[in-house]
Amino acid sequence: MTALTRRTALATTAAALAAPWIVPRSALGQPKPARIRIGISTFLSGPASVFGVPGRNAADLLIEQLNAKGGIAGVPIEALVIDEAPGVNFLLGECRRLAQNENVDVMLASISSGSCLAVAPLAEELKLPNIMWDCGTQRIFEEGNWRWSVRTQANAVPEIVAPLLYLLSIRPDVQTVAVVNQDYAWGRDSWAIWKTAMEAIKPGIRVVAELFPKFGATDFSTEITRLQALRPDVVFSTSWGGELDTFVRQAAERRLFERSLFVLPLAESSLERVAKTLPEGVIVGARGDHWFLHPTARDSERLKGFVSEYRKRYGLYPIYPTFHMAQALFALEAAYTKAIAANGGAWPAREQLMDTLRGLEFDHLTGRMKIREDGQGLEPMLIGLAKHVPDYPFPVLDRMVLFPPELTMNPIGTKGLEWVKGLSMETVAKAPAPIPYKA
Amino acid sequence: MGLLFLLAALDGLAYAAQVFLVAVGLTLVFGVLKILNVAHGSLFAIGAYLASTLVGLVGVPWLSLLALAMAALAVGVVLGPVIERGLLARIYEKEHVLQLLVTFALLMILEDVQKLVWGVQPLFEDAPVRLLGQVEVGGIVYTVYQLLLLPGVALLVLVVLAWFLRRTLLGRTIVAVTHDREAAEAIGIDSRRVYLLTFTIGAALAAMGGALAAPTTSLVPGIGVQTIVLSFAVVATAGLGRIEGAAATALLIGLGRSFAVYFTPELEVVVPYLLMVAVLLVRPAGLFGSTELRRV
Amino acid sequence: MRRLLPVAAAVGLLLLLAGLQPWLRFVLTIALSTGLAVLGIAMLLRAGQVSFGHALYVAAGAYAVAFARPHTGEGLLLLLLAGLVATGLGLLVGLFVTRYRDIFFGMLNLAFSMVGWSLLEKLYGLTRGTDGIRVARPTLLGFALEGAAWEWALFSAALAAALLAGALVASYLRSPAGEALGAIKTRETRLEFAGISARRVLLQAYVVSATLAGLGGAIGALATLHVTPLLAYWTHSGELVFVAILGGTGNVLGPFLGAVVFELVRVHAAAAFPDAWQMILGLVLLAIVLAAARGLVGLLDDLAVRLGWRG
Repeated sequence: MTALTRRTALATTAAALAAPWIVPRSALGQPKPARIRIGISTFLSGPASVFGVPGRNAADLLIEQLNAKGGIAGVPIEALVIDEAPGVNFLLGECRRLAQNENVDVMLASISSGSCLAVAPLAEELKLPNIMWDCGTQRIFEEGNWRWSVRTQANAVPEIVAPLLYLLSIRPDVQTVAVVNQDYAWGRDSWAIWKTAMEAIKPGIRVVAELFPKFGATDFSTEITRLQALRPDVVFSTSWGGELDTFVRQAAERRLFERSLFVLPLAESSLERVAKTLPEGVIVGARGDHWFLHPTARDSERLKGFVSEYRKRYGLYPIYPTFHMAQALFALEAAYTKAIAANGGAWPAREQLMDTLRGLEFDHLTGRMKIREDGQGLEPMLIGLAKHVPDYPFPVLDRMVLFPPELTMNPIGTKGLEWVKGLSMETVAKAPAPIPYKA
Repeated sequence: MGLLFLLAALDGLAYAAQVFLVAVGLTLVFGVLKILNVAHGSLFAIGAYLASTLVGLVGVPWLSLLALAMAALAVGVVLGPVIERGLLARIYEKEHVLQLLVTFALLMILEDVQKLVWGVQPLFEDAPVRLLGQVEVGGIVYTVYQLLLLPGVALLVLVVLAWFLRRTLLGRTIVAVTHDREAAEAIGIDSRRVYLLTFTIGAALAAMGGALAAPTTSLVPGIGVQTIVLSFAVVATAGLGRIEGAAATALLIGLGRSFAVYFTPELEVVVPYLLMVAVLLVRPAGLFGSTELRRV
Repeated sequence: MRRLLPVAAAVGLLLLLAGLQPWLRFVLTIALSTGLAVLGIAMLLRAGQVSFGHALYVAAGAYAVAFARPHTGEGLLLLLLAGLVATGLGLLVGLFVTRYRDIFFGMLNLAFSMVGWSLLEKLYGLTRGTDGIRVARPTLLGFALEGAAWEWALFSAALAAALLAGALVASYLRSPAGEALGAIKTRETRLEFAGISARRVLLQAYVVSATLAGLGGAIGALATLHVTPLLAYWTHSGELVFVAILGGTGNVLGPFLGAVVFELVRVHAAAAFPDAWQMILGLVLLAIVLAAARGLVGLLDDLAVRLGWRG
């Protein structure tokens, strides 16, 4: 036993002394690599693969397109995709493997907020640039200060504040609200934001039911019966994927839409599947500034080309995770390009890449967005009303409002859940004018 | 308040019917083969996916109910014998834990097979529900499918199975093997055939549970895993291999859950498990179970 | 001495792997922590009982670390606490479940773990639900370590815990109490005739298995520094049983061997076939059960006999 301990101790010391990967690659003027290797964690199995696989598909397509024009600054990109479904233990092992064995230059992690919260500290430890491409919890940058992580999309605060502002601008007379959210962190967090903000803007709105069916529920009959009996003015649900589809179908079959106005901040990702079962007039959100018929970008070659290529390849219209993936990749491209220009053509070190990502403004498929100094992305929120048109077999968005981040996102150093207490009807009045759907 | 109770009871009944349809096949298979088939959830999922595909293919609404039945039958007749002959028959003599793990392995395999065949996009094919329309109870709109058809089918399955097991020769043969395989073999019953038949029926019932659930819900990856764990609770609470026990347990779980949603929503998820613990505390062999003779 | 040879070989191999591949240090630490939990499962398997809910104790250990971390900065203290919490919970649940056998034993364990899992998800204000809780890196024996030094230290701690637990369990299984445990599987009634309370014997083993699982969970939590309710989900319990059979229950090395092979197969299957790694694991499991029911340890044993190393 003693020999063993001594050997372990020796090995420990040796590794601690050597540990070459702790030392950053030299600061400036790196040699140009043969490839940029990107690790991507996403859901490839389980219910959230509804988002994970479209995200991966978008990465495949965009990386292929980028490489076709020579990659980033002449360097081709290579992606290694891992499944985040088995949980944090597995994911962290995989991230280490990608960083230490596959030598990835950048990590694009993850869809689940739990995964992002676990990967951020690891990125610090490994000094590995990490772009959070889809996870939504506002806690990440509110509770942590991350040198090695940024997020290239908004977060839960604007994703919930924007539909609330929209609702109060079209229906200021709302008296009663019920919520049906999935029983997990996002369902609870999003309701907390909505409720707190609603109480601040319009005190007196009554919450008549708070229903949290279990995550992965396949039947909402009981919830729907209760909602029919309670007849709330508004039914709010941040559910997604198969559960949102089921909820919408079951609610439609039982004519719940005739009794209550639905607010569904993630419904954009379900439109093609639920089709015209989703009636007109439902408030639909898209988790950001994107939709395949985005009101200001729909005629741009960039968006049109992407949508038609994506459809050709995967048979579906792109949904928000594909746009989120695009934002992450375009941010990466823009950051490398900008850093290389600043270096007079020399390849940037990882530190410089991170410095460039902070404060970066970049173009993506549907517009231009910015990454804040704390690493948080700022993008407008697209909210609209479902409308049935003959051009598509599923609802499109009408009366679209693009809520700017200044109106919906809390500033650096504040906590979203506190900040929303300062919202008021004046905030509602500041909403930009709606843009109608154009055939 | 009275109306509220009625509504909760109706919801509970509809849910109980679904739970029963999933759990009854598992209970039957367990009773006869003494194998807890973890892959039962996969058979449920495959039945559901196949039903959705068939309903989409036939296109004609009034044929859609038939499509559901066809899907269940197809899965039972094809996958049932393949799994029983190909896998389970090799492990009847092995330890319980090994049998359990074989079906666990099967669950992992079928989970990916299902993903490779049907992809990850949620599938929803509700033609049968729309076909049957709605009814109103106390001003609340219900679908006929969930309020009447599902409980009706569940009741039918219960009655037919009970009749089959008690009143037909084949059924009695199955029961005989359940009680004492060695004695049954001694009087000339071919237990291999009984196992094959039982597993095929069990697989068809699992697939039927899925096929009947398919028009009411979105099919997503992982739906089998979600479903099976609830059925486990039913099997143990019911008492081993007890069909009536499964019905009673499903009813308890269904009502318990819907009353929980009405009165203490926080408890909804744990209702089946608390019920199971409570029942086994009072009746260690399950609701309808009898203590087996210990063989020394 | 001959019994120690395979152990020394295994330790040497682990150290070699961990030294050659930095990322494997983490994976192997996780594997060893899983191995601890599986060691407990293997004990219960001796008695012929399968728990489909031991992930509950893994989660209990992990969450004990997460909740205690703000109050103490010493890693070993956290491990101790986690062990105590899991032991207490194991005793509480064990008093109830050890009255049952076979399917009821398995399903009751499942039920308790599902209740535990729902609580971790439901008590959102306390546990942060599925987002989980981050664990700040503690000190080990008072040393504040970072990077590779921390990884090596934790890996060594896991290895030490595994060796210690393995030795203790091995000697327990050879003791009269251990023999009685094996007798529950084959001739429980005779055990009772001999005046030994089978329930008491099983309870002892159950509590020890809970302690081991809690310790494993705690080491896992210190490695990942993040805990989520998924740890308690039933599929995770199923994995533990999977690993037990994969490794083989005939020898206390089995659980650890099984855990290491499981993690490595999963990592490589996931890297090679990101869309179908579950199927690969399933096929491996099928092959083991059908072709080598004594697990990897059994395979190695046969190999040793064939090569004439052992008669």
